[in-house]
Amino acid sequence: MSTQLEERETEAEVDAGHSEPRSAYQERRLDDKEKRREQRERERQDEERAEEAENTVHIKVFRYDPEVAEKQEPRFDDFHVPFEKGMTVLDAVMYARDHHDSSLTFRHSCRQAICGSDAFFINGRQRLGCQTQIADLETPVRVEPLPHKEVVKDLVVDMDHFFDQMEAVEPYFQTNEAPDSDLDEQRQSRENREKIKMGTRCIWCACCQSSCNIAAGDNEFLGPAAISMAYRFAMDEREGGDMKEHRLRIVEQEHGVWRCQTQFSCTNVCPKDIPLTEHIQELKREAVKKNLKFW
Amino acid sequence: MHEHDVLVVGAGGAGLRAAIAAHEEGADVALVTKLHPVRSHTGAAEGGINAVLREGDSWEDHAYDTMKGSDYLGDAPAVETLCQDSPEETIQLEHWGMPFSREEDGRVSQRPFGGLSFPRTTYAGAETGHHLLHTLYQQVVKRGIEVYDEWYVTRLAVTDHEEPEDRKCHGVVAFDVMSGEVRGFRARNGVILATGGPGQVFDHTTNAVSNTGDGPAMAYRAGVPMEDMEFIQFHPTTLPSTGVLISEGVRGEGGILYNELGERFMFEHGYASNAGELASRDVVSRAELTEVNEGRGIEDEYVHLDMRHLGEERIIDRLENILHLASDFEGVDGLVEPMPVKPGQHYAMGGIETDENGETCIDGLYAAGECACVSVHGANRLGGNALPELIVFGARAGRHAAGTDLGETLIETGRTEDSETGEIDTPVVPGSIHADEDAVADGGPDVGDSESRRAESDGGSREGGASVVPEATEIVERAVEAENRRIDHLMEKDEGVQQAELREKLQKSMTRNVNVFRTEEGLKQALRDIREVREQYEDVYVDDPSRTFNTDLQQTIEMRNLIDTAEAITLGALARDEFRGAHWRAEFQERRDEEWLKHTLLSWNDGTPELWFKPVILEGEEKTYEPKIRSY
Repeated sequence: MSTQLEERETEAEVDAGHSEPRSAYQERRLDDKEKRREQRERERQDEERAEEAENTVHIKVFRYDPEVAEKQEPRFDDFHVPFEKGMTVLDAVMYARDHHDSSLTFRHSCRQAICGSDAFFINGRQRLGCQTQIADLETPVRVEPLPHKEVVKDLVVDMDHFFDQMEAVEPYFQTNEAPDSDLDEQRQSRENREKIKMGTRCIWCACCQSSCNIAAGDNEFLGPAAISMAYRFAMDEREGGDMKEHRLRIVEQEHGVWRCQTQFSCTNVCPKDIPLTEHIQELKREAVKKNLKFW
Repeated sequence: MHEHDVLVVGAGGAGLRAAIAAHEEGADVALVTKLHPVRSHTGAAEGGINAVLREGDSWEDHAYDTMKGSDYLGDAPAVETLCQDSPEETIQLEHWGMPFSREEDGRVSQRPFGGLSFPRTTYAGAETGHHLLHTLYQQVVKRGIEVYDEWYVTRLAVTDHEEPEDRKCHGVVAFDVMSGEVRGFRARNGVILATGGPGQVFDHTTNAVSNTGDGPAMAYRAGVPMEDMEFIQFHPTTLPSTGVLISEGVRGEGGILYNELGERFMFEHGYASNAGELASRDVVSRAELTEVNEGRGIEDEYVHLDMRHLGEERIIDRLENILHLASDFEGVDGLVEPMPVKPGQHYAMGGIETDENGETCIDGLYAAGECACVSVHGANRLGGNALPELIVFGARAGRHAAGTDLGETLIETGRTEDSETGEIDTPVVPGSIHADEDAVADGGPDVGDSESRRAESDGGSREGGASVVPEATEIVERAVEAENRRIDHLMEKDEGVQQAELREKLQKSMTRNVNVFRTEEGLKQALRDIREVREQYEDVYVDDPSRTFNTDLQQTIEMRNLIDTAEAITLGALARDEFRGAHWRAEFQERRDEEWLKHTLLSWNDGTPELWFKPVILEGEEKTYEPKIRSY
């Protein structure tokens, strides 16, 4: 950790910044701190030696590149990465890329489970790399691209189809009842916000769609993420009744909610704990209430 | 070549808002972004949006808080614009369906935040940025605005007039990450840079891996001054192991900071006797590190942030996301134990010099959001003032670029009569390795013939005197050629040094030497390290031979931007020999208003950086903000 270095630096700075004599108490604390640091340094060195001996993690990463002769045939590469406490799968593949093979390719950005870039198939399950602790996994850790999607290269898949499905449900707020004033908000009850809250948490990572058997067999199926997005707007009291009807019609179509067979795989893998299956079932109930078509 | 009226580079909060505004004014607008828009780092913002919406609050109070927070280095016209426009922009988001947290009466919720005299931070749980980003993207989808996603903009197409103020921006060059194809994008009216923060200059940062200062670095090399780059905000509450942000909202709701002895040090050690944990961020970060340095830190590294007493119901209602972050990334349950936190790089107050409409000194080139410096934040940004900055100045830049008249600006850009030249005593020569032109530093070999070299540099080099101004499309085509040469060189070279090694070296040095506490020797060491990295970058190569989704190539080009940004930050920090806002110097423990009520500006100057100053504007519409002693 770089903080070790910082401390040395900043301590000198504090000396420079405070010229008044230190109290004996303060001296003792600083002595203690110095001793602790030496102790930690010794521990760290011991740890390092121990780590070198045994503490690496073995990851097997899917590789494919249509453009490079030796990668045209899909394969798994093995990497041995030094393990640190708190290490995530994303940390491990980043280490492998930065220290072993710079052509190892994957999407990632925020490192904190909000951008939705690094959804991988990890030990046979859709997860975000940054949110998955290595310590919780069986080794060797297998890291593959999301299933049921076209692989562009290594762990990168083509997301266009997912985005198209999202856009098919008109994923934007629509109302005919906006307030006249630019400074007057629409009112929404706390209960209603609570109802749509989980739906608004979607980060478009596509874990759910990739895990869904129905989506795998039916390219036109809207899929759990898009339907949950429709739910988020359909249930938003600010849009108004006419709009709800319109939204229900979109999800009641042939490849909409009725395709769902409640296997719960989407709900199981969602990194944001969105109750997707529940949202889909509720839209089915709404449809029955409104006498909309059954498929 | 693609052609549009307005091009927006980057699709976070500021970029999306700018595109929507330009589109509403009838312009043909397109977004070009290296990520898909919903991947932008605005999504990670947690706390809220400062906006005056309630009885008892006023924009004047918001402006006063912001000026005080800025340690009197914010420009009053920009600050007042922010505070006047923010309410309408915030309610606009609500009209677009943003799921704000709600009060019993159905109105949007607001909470207290650091350095504010009124609870005006308008929030959506502890994931305000996520909802803001998605709400704006939804509007872009609704309007059918063109988005070139996963296209990485690497160069601006700017004319090569002698003085930056005479130059004009005609577009950008970008490559399609998916295929590697390089293309020109011509902008008939203007290019808006909205590329976000430069946090990857540091290794302990809340910023995404994609936040590499691309916009500022490209604008800098094209001739736009970088303003106030020394002011880097370190957020007081980030998780020690990863740098993941724990929102100021925790303290806003009543969270308490304790040291190892269980002392509530903000009060007990007199760092902020009135505001305590809700002092401004620079004050709290320094307090935490002082505790650690004096031996009262936990494991000599961090302090504790405790929110247990708020109760489960309130935490789940307003801060639920924080529980997930603490448990996912630190293995801590915030309901039953305090969370470990320490300062981490969070935000850059400085950036591309712009006026209130986002315009730079180069005709047709704009910037908005964190990559820009208007300046609303001066020496220290208040929590909750970044999101309104994105939407207020994003919207203004979009409208102005579309050709709408927004009236007279009070902030001048580029060099004027009020500019004063400065000097920095540097241990090594900053800027280009090759004094005659900056093409080589862009990673390309010395091309040799002057004709092709003219097109090589972002700013263009000249052979004495004025040249004939070529047509806009020609300017873009030349920039495309230059970019192709750079990329071909990086791809064809098959040995040398790789960017990952250089990136780690740069980040370590910056985190060690240009941190919360700064010393002259540390800053000089950083400059030496940056110079060494710059020299090594001459020998950089891309190992991955594939043109398909080549992240190795992308990161290698980003690396060049990190070098220039890091150097600008460090030069500014060395130049400013006083203590103001987030800029603390061991040798200079005083704020020196008689000399330093001015902005530091750096011009790239074709590879030989020049320092100069311009006075801060403290005169507002109706009053002048008199610098006072800043205490909380």
